[in-house]
Amino acid sequence: MDDRVILRIGTKILIPFILQFALYVQFHGDYGPGGGFQAGVIFAAAFVLYSLVYGLGNAIRVLPHRAVYLCGALGVVLYVGVGFVTVGLGGNFLDYNVLAHDPAHGQHYGIMAVELGVLITVFGVMVAIFYAFTGRRRFDP
Amino acid sequence: MIDFVDVVLLVFLAITGITIIRLRNLFAAVMLTGIYSMLSAGLFVVMDAVDVAFTEAAVGAGISTVLMLGTLALVGHQESKPLHTPILPLFVVLLTGGILVYGTSQIPAFGNPDNPANQHVALHYLEESEHEIHIPNVVTSVLASYRGYDTLGETAVVFTAMVGVLLLLSRGPIPRRVFREGEWVTVRPEAEDGGLGASDENVDVADPTEGASDG
Repeated sequence: MDDRVILRIGTKILIPFILQFALYVQFHGDYGPGGGFQAGVIFAAAFVLYSLVYGLGNAIRVLPHRAVYLCGALGVVLYVGVGFVTVGLGGNFLDYNVLAHDPAHGQHYGIMAVELGVLITVFGVMVAIFYAFTGRRRFDP
Repeated sequence: MIDFVDVVLLVFLAITGITIIRLRNLFAAVMLTGIYSMLSAGLFVVMDAVDVAFTEAAVGAGISTVLMLGTLALVGHQESKPLHTPILPLFVVLLTGGILVYGTSQIPAFGNPDNPANQHVALHYLEESEHEIHIPNVVTSVLASYRGYDTLGETAVVFTAMVGVLLLLSRGPIPRRVFREGEWVTVRPEAEDGGLGASDENVDVADPTEGASDG
C-alpha cells in the first residue's frame, strides 16, 4: 500500500475532478446527455476509487454506512416530497407547473429537485451495494 | 460510414461475447464484460441514444465491473469445469436465438417515422416539450416531467435493490436471539464498523425467563 505513490497521488488528484464532473452531468442534464442517474453513479465511482486505493476502512471513515443508507432513502423521500408539495399547492402529483408563478420556472425547479433526489438515492445505493460486496470476508469452509 | 462503424462494433461485440463464454479465468471474463458494455455504449451512441450510452458506460463498464471484481475476491478466480455436456444448452440457445431472429422480421424498420412508437405520444413530446417544459433536452423532460411518476417508481426500485442486497449480504450490528445448547442466547456481532467484523461474535448468555417469552 505505502509504496504505490503514483497510484495514491493520482487518485487524490483525480477524485475532485470526478466529483465535479458528476455535478456537471447533474446540472447540465437539462441541456445535454446526463441526469441524476448517471451523476449518482459517477459520484459513487469517486468513492469506489478511493476505497479501492486507500482501503475500505478509510472509505468508511470518510463515508460511514449510516450516511450511505440515509442517502439511499433520502433521495426517494425528496422525490415523493416534491410530489406532495405540488399536491399541496393545488396541482396534480408531480405537476411542477404550480411550483412557481411562471410554469416554466416551476418545471425547472421541479425537474432539478427530482433529479437531485435521483442523484442522492443512486449515489447512496451504489456505495451501499459496493460496501456490502467488498465488506464481506472470504468464506473458506 | 455509419454502417461500417456498426459492423465493426457488432463484430467486436460478437468476438467479446464468444471469448467470455470460452474463458475459464473469471478475472479475464469480468474485464471482457466491461469491454462488452463499452462496445454496447458505442452502439447506443451510433443510434443517437447518448443518454443510454452514458448510463451503459457508467454502470455497465464502471460500477458493475467493480462489483464483479468484489465478488471474485470472495469466490475465487477460476471457473470449475462443467459437469454436463454443452449440447442441450447449445440447442436451447440456438432455438431461442432462431425464434428471436425470426421475430425481428416482423419488427418495423429502425428509425422509421411511421413506426407505432413514433406516432403515439412521442410526437407530442418532441413538438411541445420546448413550450411546455422549456428545457432543450427532450430526454430529460420526458424522464423527469412527462413521465415523472415512472421515474419515481424507478428510484424506488433502486432503493429496493439496496434493501434487498443489504438483507442478503450485510450482517449488521443487530443482535440476534438464537436457541443454542438448550437455552436462549443473544448473539451480538461486532458493531464497530457496521458489521464488517461479523466473524468475531460475542455470545452472552441471557436469563432464561426473557428467552422463554421470545420462544
